[in-house]
Amino acid sequence: MFLSMNWISDFVDLSGLDKMELISKFSLSTAEVENDIFFKGSDISGVVVAEIKSVENHPESKKLHLLKVDIGEDELVDVVCGAPNVRVGMKTAFAKLGAQIGEITIAPRKLAGYTSNGMCCSEQELGISDSHEGIMDITDDVALGTDLKSIYEIDDIIFEVDNKSLTNRPDLWGHYGIAREFAAISGRELKPIPVTDLSMYDSLEKIDLKIEDPLCQRYSCLKFGNISVHKSPVNMRIRLFYCGMRALNFLADLTNYLMLELGQPMHAFDSRKVEKIRIKRFDKPFTFKTLDGVDRKIDENTLMICNGDTPVAIAGIMGGLDSEIVDDTDTLTLESATFDAASIRKSTVRLSHRTDASMRYEKSLDPELTPIAVARFVRLLQEIDSNAEVISALTDEYAFKYDDVKLSFDKAFVDKYTGIEIDNDTIVKTLLSLGFDVELDGDKFNVEVPSWRATKDVTIKADIIEEITRIYGYDNFDIHTASVPLYPVRAAQEKSDEDRIKDILVKRYSMHELHSYVWAYYDEYKALGIEIENNVELINATNPNIKTIRKSIVPTQLCQVKYNVGYDTDFALFEVGRVVEGIGADGLCDEHKKLCITLYSKTKDTQDIYFELIDILSVIADDIKHEALSFEKMEATHSYQHPKNLNEISCAGVKLGEIGIVNSSVAKKIDKKANVVYAEIDVEAFATIKNASISYVEPSKFPEIEIDLSFVSASYAPIAKAIENAKCSLIRNVSVADIYTDETGKSITVRIVFAHPERTLTKEEVLEVVNVIVDELDAQSIKLKNGLPM
Amino acid sequence: MSDKTTKVREAFLNALAEVNSIEELEKIRVEYIGKKGFVTELLKEMKDLSNEEKKTFGQAVNVLKNEVNDMINAKREELKQKEIELENSRMPEFDVSIPANLKRGSYHPITLVQRQCEEIFKSMGFTVEDYSEIVTDYECFESLNIPKNHPARDMQDTYYLENGQLLKSQTSAAQNAIYKKYKDALYNEGKAIKAIFPGRCFRNEATDACHENTFFQMEGVMVDKNISISNLIFFMKTMLSEVFQKDIKVRLRPGFFPFVEPGFELDISCLICGGDGCPSCKHSGWLELCPCGMIHPEVLKAGGIDPDEYTGFAFGLGLTRLAMMKYGVKDIRDLNSGSLKTLSQFTDDK
Repeated sequence: MFLSMNWISDFVDLSGLDKMELISKFSLSTAEVENDIFFKGSDISGVVVAEIKSVENHPESKKLHLLKVDIGEDELVDVVCGAPNVRVGMKTAFAKLGAQIGEITIAPRKLAGYTSNGMCCSEQELGISDSHEGIMDITDDVALGTDLKSIYEIDDIIFEVDNKSLTNRPDLWGHYGIAREFAAISGRELKPIPVTDLSMYDSLEKIDLKIEDPLCQRYSCLKFGNISVHKSPVNMRIRLFYCGMRALNFLADLTNYLMLELGQPMHAFDSRKVEKIRIKRFDKPFTFKTLDGVDRKIDENTLMICNGDTPVAIAGIMGGLDSEIVDDTDTLTLESATFDAASIRKSTVRLSHRTDASMRYEKSLDPELTPIAVARFVRLLQEIDSNAEVISALTDEYAFKYDDVKLSFDKAFVDKYTGIEIDNDTIVKTLLSLGFDVELDGDKFNVEVPSWRATKDVTIKADIIEEITRIYGYDNFDIHTASVPLYPVRAAQEKSDEDRIKDILVKRYSMHELHSYVWAYYDEYKALGIEIENNVELINATNPNIKTIRKSIVPTQLCQVKYNVGYDTDFALFEVGRVVEGIGADGLCDEHKKLCITLYSKTKDTQDIYFELIDILSVIADDIKHEALSFEKMEATHSYQHPKNLNEISCAGVKLGEIGIVNSSVAKKIDKKANVVYAEIDVEAFATIKNASISYVEPSKFPEIEIDLSFVSASYAPIAKAIENAKCSLIRNVSVADIYTDETGKSITVRIVFAHPERTLTKEEVLEVVNVIVDELDAQSIKLKNGLPM
Repeated sequence: MSDKTTKVREAFLNALAEVNSIEELEKIRVEYIGKKGFVTELLKEMKDLSNEEKKTFGQAVNVLKNEVNDMINAKREELKQKEIELENSRMPEFDVSIPANLKRGSYHPITLVQRQCEEIFKSMGFTVEDYSEIVTDYECFESLNIPKNHPARDMQDTYYLENGQLLKSQTSAAQNAIYKKYKDALYNEGKAIKAIFPGRCFRNEATDACHENTFFQMEGVMVDKNISISNLIFFMKTMLSEVFQKDIKVRLRPGFFPFVEPGFELDISCLICGGDGCPSCKHSGWLELCPCGMIHPEVLKAGGIDPDEYTGFAFGLGLTRLAMMKYGVKDIRDLNSGSLKTLSQFTDDK
């Protein structure tokens, strides 16, 4: 919304104050002012009222005229002018020699052989309208030679406030409400709105009016006629233009002017079309042509203004074409009404048609304003057109009245909320300046909220705090820290696990953390041959590509691997993100936080990186929980999983997730020459695992005995089991020393270290344990390869 | 007889002068003072001498033997030293002008700024909370004083799911749960609620360099008996000064958010121009950074906290925006691009 400093100054005397400073205070106390502030008229000077005394056609040009104009000086001035509307006796705006029009300084100029000693200006050239039909036609009775700026408000400061910053302030949608803020900010008095006392027309006939629907809160109307003015006064047109509205004709301009001044939308009907005003909704949908000529579908929820049963306007949004003022209209009916804000908002959305009026109605306008707006309208109408007549009594139906809002609080409440000392006088003065009624009883404030703030804006005590503090100025606040008792704060397990996992992966394994989107990207999945499964769906995604929420991060990360092919021969990615596995019995999404890791390598084979990933995961479990991981083969159920190398990961009895290689069908599409393995674990499940304490074992001071045993076995699992079953306290360490394949098959060499804490071990003791292990394995047909080493 | 010792001595000195290695030295050691060495052999010649001569000659030989031994030891030390010097000189001089290999892992830039913010608040006794991304209408709107049909719901275009839940459009969706989680400690033990909750948020809108449908915020709340606007401004200023590692000027403007009253828009002095006005602050000298305010009484009530007894402030910080400002990322979409070329640069930043 554009705001005019001149207009504001109609209602509050700001003389002697720095306007720019006021605007910046307004920005900090009320609503943000956009950066661009326009100094209208600052590039116009030396323009006076002139009368055209003679008009001659230029001998060689069809367009140009040779004029003699009177600018109130002794001599007439010769001017060459190209405007089509020149005529003898016409008064116009004339830029004298030396005048400034925008970037042009007026100097004598030769035009097609004739010298022009000045320039007749159009309103567009003066920046006061977009009319460039010809030079300005001044009809006001003013002396020739008068500086235009002394009679017209060409000089003005225009600033803009984003409509969004005013959503909660219905009272700020017109200059009068803005002026109230400036009054409060500057400490100056707000003037009352000049109105006509409409009670003098009470004896006239009333209009046939009936509100038949609770969505209409108040409807005020009045009939008037005998309009003789058709073009609005220059100053009115300038204000409308500066505030972003186009001047049309006097009546349309006047309703717009009222809206910009008071924030109250108004509409004038041809009285012949609204003899029985009824406000209601219809049972059945129908089509209605609005005054912009568009056919609009009206449904059962849209409130309509009707003449009897004939709709004439969409309430609060736009009038109908049929009831529009036409050339032979001599009596008009003025509407000033308020409607249910939510209903207007919904209708606007349904019709996808937002107007200056509906924008205001959506904010919950003050119904107290409707008759005041009519009285103001009549006042301006009669000031401008002395022939205009009011021909009905003010007809006003007030169907819904907001409750009065009265709030009481004491000084201690203000002190507690603000944390600073604002004295009682300042509080009272501030609230009064904003139109609140205040009664101070000791330290207790009884406040009545003015009607224009009571429609939804100010309802609780905390709202009053805002009124006091914003005018006080947040820049003036003395700021200090809070004093609260201190207690130790422990990080949530899950959060600290997550941080540590990230550190291990980045710092130790040089992995890269990425983020991705939470949805399953249809196109990208498809490119890799990954099926979109029965994921939970979004109902209002505008992009069909992102219609469902992913069940696992793995496919997303495989897409990212594909995207990064070419970055390096080897890289590793990870993400901690969320997935939805389905909808639970409680109807809520089964959301999980997962860690997903992928290794990509062109230099190492799949098995190597698979074991690398197992090591990485094991380090995480060991580092954070001091626990080992176990792996168990699982069935592939997703298109990207591999039928053979897919294992479930568990830790301390908690199932964490899976590790696997990528199904060849998908792997091929990622990169034929590279190997990819992935793992995904549930971070929340991981967090439930208790941190086992470090099990410290004092190193033996006596010599250790190290024994290598080679077994012919396809798997290490039975060997580990046999060693564990031996339950020997002398075993200090077990590791796999070698894995190789020869004519006898795959062999695994296990290295067992024995030691006794208090003495030197004997061969016999060790062999006894070794025999137990070897016998157990032998019973499973797992043979010791090269005999006992000792 | 001293001639003999003198000759042997001279011969030894000549031989020693020729020695160039420990091995050669060992050889002449054996040659001269070994069991059958020249010096040792001299003693055998003593048998023909008188007792008096024996004594003199014996002493001379012993002196020579000791002298030879000392010289060999000295030579050995010298040779060892030479060998070390040789070894040192054999080592080539390295070309340190070759660029270092900086290959290592990286954190997502959001993780970096999030950790920085978390550290600041942890140091002031705030807990760091995590919250789900899919929430109910109650969590995201109703409990935050945004009833159905409230115009504020127009402000955010929300992604809805088939089961009626939604992707959280603001981290504030965690507020209600956090109040409920800590209100007993507040009431019974007098522990102020001090929490921050970073998280991912979603808005159903078209994306471009400045708009994303997925972004990170960090919300913070503090509730106790006497939390004031003055405290709010203090914490905001402190946090932002810590985040940007310089004294930041802040200003508050009224801002409308249904879950706070009064609500504010917080601006900071432009980081680029320091407040003089430049293109990145649109010549205003200020950057709009974080909405904040005093928690609305209805929101506290919904969380089971009596607003007549307790007050609190809440703020929301755009982590994504912060990361972009801090690292000069121009296109917001880069953050979710998954591009290693872009993201591998964020190695660490504490």
